[in-house]
Amino acid sequence: MIKNKTFRWTIQSAAAAGFVATTMLSGLAHAGPTLDKISQRGTIKVGVGTTPGFFAPDSNGKWQGFFIDFGRALSITVFGSPDKVEFTSSSPQQRLPALQSGEFDVLLSGVTVTATRAFKLGFHFGPTVFYDGQGILVRKDLGVTKAADLDGATIGAQSGTTGELNVADFFRKTGKTFKAVTIEDTGQFIAALESGRVDAITQDSSDLVGKRTQLKKPDDYVLLPERLSKEPLAPAIAGGDDRWLEIVNWTVNATIQAEEWGITSKNVDEFLKSEDPAIQRFLGVDKSFGEALGLDPKWAYNVIKTVGNYGEIFDRNLKPLGWDRGYNNLWTAGGLLYSPPFR
Amino acid sequence: MNTSSRPRSLRGRAGRLSSRLWQGLFGTRYNTIVTIVIAFLLGQIVLPLIRWAVLDATFTGTSDACARDGACWAFVGAKLRFILFAFYPPELQWRPLLVIVALAALLVASAVPRFWGWKLLAAWPASVAFCWLLLEGAFTATPIPSNQWGGLPVTLFVWAVCFAAATPIAVLLALGRRSRLGGLRTFSIAYIEAMRGTPMVGILYIAMLIVPMALPESLSVDKMLRAMIMITLFWSAYIAEVIRAGLQAIPRGQAEAATALGLSYWRVQQLIVLPQALRIVIPGMVNLAIGFLLATSLLAVIGIFDLLNAARASAADPVWLGFYNEAYLVVATVYFAICFGASRYSRWLEQRLAEGMRR
Repeated sequence: MIKNKTFRWTIQSAAAAGFVATTMLSGLAHAGPTLDKISQRGTIKVGVGTTPGFFAPDSNGKWQGFFIDFGRALSITVFGSPDKVEFTSSSPQQRLPALQSGEFDVLLSGVTVTATRAFKLGFHFGPTVFYDGQGILVRKDLGVTKAADLDGATIGAQSGTTGELNVADFFRKTGKTFKAVTIEDTGQFIAALESGRVDAITQDSSDLVGKRTQLKKPDDYVLLPERLSKEPLAPAIAGGDDRWLEIVNWTVNATIQAEEWGITSKNVDEFLKSEDPAIQRFLGVDKSFGEALGLDPKWAYNVIKTVGNYGEIFDRNLKPLGWDRGYNNLWTAGGLLYSPPFR
Repeated sequence: MNTSSRPRSLRGRAGRLSSRLWQGLFGTRYNTIVTIVIAFLLGQIVLPLIRWAVLDATFTGTSDACARDGACWAFVGAKLRFILFAFYPPELQWRPLLVIVALAALLVASAVPRFWGWKLLAAWPASVAFCWLLLEGAFTATPIPSNQWGGLPVTLFVWAVCFAAATPIAVLLALGRRSRLGGLRTFSIAYIEAMRGTPMVGILYIAMLIVPMALPESLSVDKMLRAMIMITLFWSAYIAEVIRAGLQAIPRGQAEAATALGLSYWRVQQLIVLPQALRIVIPGMVNLAIGFLLATSLLAVIGIFDLLNAARASAADPVWLGFYNEAYLVVATVYFAICFGASRYSRWLEQRLAEGMRR
């Protein structure tokens, strides 16, 4: 009897605690523009991940990588200095809730733009900075040059990911057979490939490129050209601050536009003498443009001078790992990068 | 006669030892088979390991110099600083180093029964505050935000501080659970069971995501501090159960006798029950502490670069890509050294205290 009573008490107090917690949560949703918080704090809080080339600390403990450079660019646009930014690593499971709770001002952690995230979760996305997609890394001695040739191959995929489903869909479409081996820990992908347990592994190609360089003989393996899924990676911010969104948008656009004009960190000073009114507006030679935007007229100049244009960011961080520009090239060079006009 | 007897007996002992060894290894057919099988397995494991770690290894140079087949100790040379201190500014490295020294000294001092007393108790909050100020960059021009802290100092700091802070709470919870006051008892039971029924990752997510939403906008508590408070509350439930076991081991008659002498409840606990109970549970507490040290690596899920997470990140640098084995070995060595030390200490203390208890 006493035990029973205690049990009921336990349930009741647990329920009461749960009720209090939920009311507190619903009553205290965050409001107020992100940009106010940023200028008050004096730094931008950026959520990142850890993938070689995209974001990783160097030996001195300084963050380096493709997305890191865009974070520095944002810091320049807002504060005029590349160092007013705090990078914090976050796991894929917690990055979106952390953005929602205001822990980060912007996620530069390789978030894929999806309809659900925009509509249901209320996130806003900046321009796509990297067009990723699921790829297949195969042993060269299979003699396969395109994914449709794979027949009866053993393919390793990470369990519980969309990658596993995508590869099944792909083979259903082509009508060929394959044998799936699910691998829990992506760290074991390399071992599985090298031991011959699988003929190929499939994952986002951004990961596969990094994995390929870790193989004992990287040249014995090739990343097939097909992409089984679309993974456009873009900066993500919480809804409710339009101006912050525009700053993110146009900082990315500036790096793309600069590459289109051929402006690099090295020659940007020569372009200050340009007669082209569009370039004069862009670099702040004509001050009225930047002032009309409410930004430092020199913001784009400072971004390009310090971080470089899109091509320079790409070459510095991803080219050494064996990345080709592919889709991530200017629209004028057959890629998908296109900046709206700076007018 | 006397002088010559010692060497002979030594030789005799050595001879007995070697014959016993021979007996143990090859004495019976069964022993011989076991010996050969184990020697074979050891050869299979140890020889390639030596080959990897020593013969084929690269000790200096850049990542290009590292042969793919052997260990790359040059990686450890280049990355040890990052693994130990993560993002802490290199020019201020003496600060986390001093924190490690201070915490180690505090832990060692706490381990020696001779130092147990009020002074040591007072040294704890003082040292913790000192370490926090050091890490925070106090007395310098630029404060160092906690997202730049990392590596071994963070692991040790979170471990030692949370465990130390959780213990008094745990004592109260354990007493509460045995209390005659129904409300207090129910609260203690509910608290302990709720905490023990939640995974530590869940607790960390709450600290990271839900606590900031529940706090008023103006009050922003540092992420590290939030995590440490939640971990303290979480660990206190586990420690409380260990302490309760110690409380139950004290015969009820002692407390009753003390009460009959006119001592108040708190005096009874302070003078009679707790000194004995806490002594009994020390091995259990050390066991928990070892488990908790390893659990601090879960801090990685909320983006804190503890020792393990820093090691993992160090191998993602494109310049030194993929030397995970070497990085993990370094970390494993550090964890092992601490845990092994703790477990040896626990055995020593157990024996020492047992001597004291002997009548």
